[in-house]
Amino acid sequence: MWVYEKKLQYPVRVSKCDPRMAKYLLEQYGGADGELSAALRYLNQRYTIPDKVIGLLNDIGTEEFAHLEMIATMIYKLTKDATVEQMDAQGLGEYYVAHDHALFYQNAAGVPWTAAYIQAKGDPIADLYEDIAAEEKARATYQWLIDMTDDVDLQDGLKFLREREIIHSLRFREAVEILKDERDNKKIF
Amino acid sequence: MHPQEIAWYPFIGPCDPCPPITCKTYSTPPHLFMQFQPPNMPQFSPREALFHGTLWPALYSPYESKWGKGR
Repeated sequence: MWVYEKKLQYPVRVSKCDPRMAKYLLEQYGGADGELSAALRYLNQRYTIPDKVIGLLNDIGTEEFAHLEMIATMIYKLTKDATVEQMDAQGLGEYYVAHDHALFYQNAAGVPWTAAYIQAKGDPIADLYEDIAAEEKARATYQWLIDMTDDVDLQDGLKFLREREIIHSLRFREAVEILKDERDNKKIF
Repeated sequence: MHPQEIAWYPFIGPCDPCPPITCKTYSTPPHLFMQFQPPNMPQFSPREALFHGTLWPALYSPYESKWGKGR
């Protein structure tokens, strides 16, 4: 089970009225390398990974949900006060006809989230390498999102999230090292 | 008569980036309140029924566009 703390992991401030940015942020909400994919991937893989690294997947998977909430907050703040005309003018007309102002798990191009984005191969090295790749792709996505806005407050939240991807990637790499390590094995020749 | 629309007033944050929409609405069309259609309800004339899309005034649900209304 989880214990919920009714606050964001890091404060989300959005200072520029820019609904178009909400569309781009959807890439990290319901995109292939987004936070939903990450959370579900890690929390699912943890069952069949060697027990030395279960806790890592558990903790990072949980943190990804905290990131998902931050992205959701950004998208919500950017769209909740947009009129129908503004939604249309900012490239969100197609989104509006399907979802009004509701949030939906889709990428920036409107493709709905699918479980095909994530994998659980059962091979610990294969799974961890996928996780590392996912973190690097998410880091890159955050870079391109930071490039797409000049709102320094929004950039601040995105920079925090990008930094977390870097740390997570390193932790997964360490998990691979742990699984490679044979120091604890008693070898009898 | 039940309302066709219900208004609510969402929380407006002090740091929201856009000018707030203070009042939001959602549709509550007539069938929502009619668990089972009773027999012998009053009817439109055939011509009026065609224009309204229904034979029964009690089931007629108008919808006005939000375009241009700041919503």
